[in-house]
Amino acid sequence: MLEIRNLHVNVDGKEILRGIDLTIRAGETHAIMGPNGSGKSTLAQVLAGHEAYEITEGVILYEGQNLAELEPEERACAGMFLAFQYPVEIPGVSNTYFLKTALNAIRKARGEEPLDAVDFLALVKEKMKLVHLDEKLLHRPVNEGFSGGEKKRNEIFHMAVLDPKLAILDETDSGLDVDALRIVAEGVNALRDETRAVMVITHYQRLLNYLVPDFVHILAKGRIVKSGGRELALEVEENGYVGLEEPTEVLQPVGY
Amino acid sequence: MIALDKNRAKTERYVADYEKIEGEIAAHEPIWLHQIRKEAISRFQELGFPTIKEEEWRHTNVTPIVKREFTLAGAAAIDSLPDTIHHVTFPDSDFTQLVFVNGFFSPRLSHLNSLQDGIRVESLAQAIACDANALEPYLSRLGSYEEHPFAALNTALFRDGAYVHIKKGVVARTPIHLLFISTSPKQAVVSYPRTLVVAGAESQATIIESYAGVEGEVYFTNAVTEIAVGENAVIEHYKLQRESAQAFHIANMLFYLDRSSNFASHSISLGGSLVRNNVNAALNDEGIECTLNGLVMAAGKQHIDNHTYIDHARPHCASHELYKNIVDDHATGVFKGKILVRRDSQKTDAKQTNMTLLLSDEASIDSMPQLEIYADDVKCTHGATTGRLDENALFYLRTRGIGKPAAKNLLTYAFANEIINRIRIDAVREQLEQILRERLPFEQND
Ligand SMILES: Nc1ncnc2c1ncn2[C@@H]1O[C@H](COP(=O)(O)OP(=O)(O)O)[C@@H](O)[C@H]1O
Ligand SMILES: [Mg+2]
Repeated sequence: MLEIRNLHVNVDGKEILRGIDLTIRAGETHAIMGPNGSGKSTLAQVLAGHEAYEITEGVILYEGQNLAELEPEERACAGMFLAFQYPVEIPGVSNTYFLKTALNAIRKARGEEPLDAVDFLALVKEKMKLVHLDEKLLHRPVNEGFSGGEKKRNEIFHMAVLDPKLAILDETDSGLDVDALRIVAEGVNALRDETRAVMVITHYQRLLNYLVPDFVHILAKGRIVKSGGRELALEVEENGYVGLEEPTEVLQPVGY
Repeated sequence: MIALDKNRAKTERYVADYEKIEGEIAAHEPIWLHQIRKEAISRFQELGFPTIKEEEWRHTNVTPIVKREFTLAGAAAIDSLPDTIHHVTFPDSDFTQLVFVNGFFSPRLSHLNSLQDGIRVESLAQAIACDANALEPYLSRLGSYEEHPFAALNTALFRDGAYVHIKKGVVARTPIHLLFISTSPKQAVVSYPRTLVVAGAESQATIIESYAGVEGEVYFTNAVTEIAVGENAVIEHYKLQRESAQAFHIANMLFYLDRSSNFASHSISLGGSLVRNNVNAALNDEGIECTLNGLVMAAGKQHIDNHTYIDHARPHCASHELYKNIVDDHATGVFKGKILVRRDSQKTDAKQTNMTLLLSDEASIDSMPQLEIYADDVKCTHGATTGRLDENALFYLRTRGIGKPAAKNLLTYAFANEIINRIRIDAVREQLEQILRERLPFEQND
């Protein structure tokens, strides 16, 4: 589904990603872990198509297409979704209104009819339950005045409504209490099936108790320094990122 | 001086217009009004058209108006609204509606259905003919045209307009819509709409003024609106300006607010090539609350200028002002917000905010708050921001599947919506939402 080959990315002329190779197949969940500033969000933003991030070398293929040729909205319409580490506030645009506009844009790209108000509401009600989203947040401007936890849950709510093929979650677990964490994990688990894939970026292994990954990759200084199975996350939990700053043995995870 | 003299020379045409109609004025109008008109035309001659050397007109050059030779509009009998004028009536509403064509009342297009007792809504010319005494204390007595050449010109040359009188204690059940349309198919005309609203003590009403014209036609609307709000009255005023993109529009609005009254005026400027609104609110007694909201959407080569002036003449009054400008293409916007707090006006609470969204590199705004505060125990704040669309917000919307143009439009709509949301009359708000959505399409079925 997603193939990243030798990806180098610059921000403001500074190289942040320094040669990333990563393959994600349909049905898989990959966790990306790494210390602060290692380039996790940079990777997520590049995948979503942020203009500030310049690919200087390498290629990203999504379902065989060169991602660099797609606008951010085209990526979304092709089934990609990014849950932002810091969701953006959109004053004056109600959450539902925004979501309906987004969903119908994606449906149009897929050649589907726009959902009418009734069907949309039914969908929203269903997905809202999934992430235990407070109904009042539907009518408020997107993320404005939301608590940190509400913002994260709202991202998962958007994901559930937009129903992507490849979901990228950037530290959606940070700052959440255990209950909220479990809700977020349930939301993601509900999406998982053999036709979809998830990339979950996290700083802590805690989320991975509820959202069990098939593969774990450690990112440090813009490179994947170690890859492994679920147990790698536990190892990081034990020892921190010490000794993982430079690539050592790059383990081929099971299934490769 | 040369420019000034040149502009003064251009007044001759307008003085000639006055001389043409003076016979009729002398024959049909009371002496006091004839006197006012004589003073107004001579004051206009003295002032001449303003130039950009004058502080109040530094950012708005009226040369395109001065250069053009407008024909004084006469009464035009038309049977129906030109169908090129959209969104100007409120077809599903029960509003009382008076329609004026080139400034003249059109009974055929109006409906004065079920006017309540205690409310008079009629042609100003008719009111002058039948009941001039009732108008005498108000008409042109409120506002001074001394410093406003365009107001002076209107005062000398208006032939008709709207007169609204609400008796003490009367609560108007439905809004009163005054629709001024211009049609100028053969030659560029100038019209002088005039509105006088007298709201008695403890009355309540909503007054909507709409200005519209046929797209593509060149004409000049020079309007004056005077509203006297009585003690404890609650009056809501809307001015919806949707002139043709080629039109010139200058409006002087004068609001006289009496003790403990509550007054709100919403000014929406969407049309016109050269537009100037002078909004003057005089808070003449204690306990008044005055709200001024404004929205400007300028594109192409439009120039839209709002000058507001709030005079806190007495203590314990509050004013809230929020004006928003959306300026695109090569358009220019001007906002000058003056607030005067006189020496005895203690406990004044005045808040002014002006926000501008620039949508292109060539668009520009001149925003000038001007607070003059002579009292010491007051709360006065002002803030002006100018910015572009938030890139992060734009990116966020796009990652959710919304295309770039639609995402821009959605954010722009949201910016405007803060003003639209303050509109309390559903039909007016919905109409504006519709207009905005047509100008800023962002839905897939658009
Ligand atoms: N928009 C940006 N402008 C400048 N520097 C950036 C930007 N985004 C990220 N960086 C820099 O890139 C590095 C990696 O950041 P980031 O990808 O956010 O790391 P992580 O998400 O792993 O904490 C940091 O040194 C950060 O300062
Ligand atoms: Mg990050």
